[in-house]
Amino acid sequence: MDYLVRFAQLHETFRRPELEACATLAGVDIEIITYNEYSPYCVVRLPDEGAARAVAKRSILVKDIFELWGEGTNYEELHADVHRRTQHRWKDYNTVPFKFTIDYFAGTRSLVQKGEIIRSFSYMAFKGPISLTNPDEEFFVMEEYIDDVEVSALGVSRTEAPRKIYFTRKIADSCREDVLKYDLKKRRYISTTSMDAELSLITANMALAAPGKLFFDPFVGTGSFIIAASHFGALTLGSDIDGRSFRGKESGKLGIFENFDQYGIKSKFVDTFTSDLTNTPLRRTGVLDGIVCDPPYGVREGLRVLGNRRGKPAVNVIIDGIPAYLRPGFVPPKKPYGFEALQNDVLEFAVRSLVPNGRLSMWMPTTNDEKIEFPVPMHQNLEIVSISVQHFNTWARRLITYRRLPEGELSDITLARKNIDDQGTRADDLNAFRRVHMLRGHGTRVEKDQKTTQ
Amino acid sequence: MKVITANFVTCAVKDCKTSPASFPLHFNDAELEQQELDFQPEFIRNILPRIDWDALRTISNELGFPSLPESKPEGEALDNEQTLKDLHRLLLETHVTEGKLTCGNCGHSYMIKEGIANFLLPSHLV
Repeated sequence: MDYLVRFAQLHETFRRPELEACATLAGVDIEIITYNEYSPYCVVRLPDEGAARAVAKRSILVKDIFELWGEGTNYEELHADVHRRTQHRWKDYNTVPFKFTIDYFAGTRSLVQKGEIIRSFSYMAFKGPISLTNPDEEFFVMEEYIDDVEVSALGVSRTEAPRKIYFTRKIADSCREDVLKYDLKKRRYISTTSMDAELSLITANMALAAPGKLFFDPFVGTGSFIIAASHFGALTLGSDIDGRSFRGKESGKLGIFENFDQYGIKSKFVDTFTSDLTNTPLRRTGVLDGIVCDPPYGVREGLRVLGNRRGKPAVNVIIDGIPAYLRPGFVPPKKPYGFEALQNDVLEFAVRSLVPNGRLSMWMPTTNDEKIEFPVPMHQNLEIVSISVQHFNTWARRLITYRRLPEGELSDITLARKNIDDQGTRADDLNAFRRVHMLRGHGTRVEKDQKTTQ
Repeated sequence: MKVITANFVTCAVKDCKTSPASFPLHFNDAELEQQELDFQPEFIRNILPRIDWDALRTISNELGFPSLPESKPEGEALDNEQTLKDLHRLLLETHVTEGKLTCGNCGHSYMIKEGIANFLLPSHLV
């Protein structure tokens, strides 16, 4: 059966991978028949209505899903296709309370025109009462026009008439409204680097968070990702090199746990602990179903690991007869670390600690400057499932999703760059992203923005 | 720190990772707390194959709980709701709020404060 997915018209490069992840979660095969990043309408093939419902129910970027009754580039074609596909089914709907809606993308119709369009479907002979508030069945005419964004991006010209018209029967809504529930503005415990609710939920979907699974974020911060994974039913663990980030300032309260409490998912919270990914206490064995993270970039937050900044440490610092590191309040020294080295460490860690087919969904920043490229990190035991990009003014970030290959399977990593940038003492020596982003010699990006506004 | 987490962590010192004596880490001066949670049998069934049973028995003994059976419940034993409930209670609802975790190989101790373990290493152990 063919179904029409109506997407939200944003985060375009995330939409297909998320839809596919939702199908994997629902355990159904999905075939994407037509997809256009400049349109919210996407036609897919799914086994049945139950599958369509299950896929939509898990998606954040899908708004709703419909059964496709016909499509065409004009109304003549559309009506012919509706006859061909569904004539034998019209009688099943001829007494139910129903509603007709005209939906359009990048176009509009007057009330009179809408009435004409609706009446042109009178051959289906639906005699049921028209119910605008509580219909049993909702039918949609969807008109797709060419949007201004596409005009400017591809240089195509706008047309008066719609480019494509669909006629559909509504099946189900997605879970997109959950984005509002997790809005950062209403969350009890957040910080400057908390990931927004929508992208956190999408990240959890890409990594296939689900009941019964165990998820982990090694850079947990205020817990945006593990909260999203727990929303979808996974039990979650988090760690951070700076324990203050998940504890918060209020004594006797664990900041991150306040969030789990707020959303009624306390039972999904396992633990947080203070640790460094490069010296992780986790056992070297497959215990995790998913890893979701946004590693530090070394711009807004420090990119540091355990160790002494300059060479060998002074081992025998003894204060009042007690080695310094055993005294209460001891803070272990940390040193700046390489941007690409850390990403490779995340991959190594994922290979060791994910179960076969477990997923890693990791964010990494990059620049919009095509001359300076930050390659996608690769590992032979990880298959790249998808790469999505969110663009900002001067930089962009990618969400890369990997699958842990079962033993005996290897992925092709001949294109990978093994960049060793863990040598050096200062953040700028180590971090190519930071060098580009901070525009050396021009102050930081923030300072530059302030200068231009003054 | 919950009992389940103690089953997934070992000494953070790299050289200890290969030594069998480093796992499980041993609890000292542990203060325990019970926290009631929704029963999640699905999770227990999924996670049990990844639990190191001998380590769980050791830790459970050190914390003063009645002895666990010698072998890990498998197959039909997992249809018994009481078995799953007992495991749920031990793994997820029992946590150590204060105390220490000590490595049997290098002897380094990790502090647990307000339920949070600190696995950061001083620089001579990195």
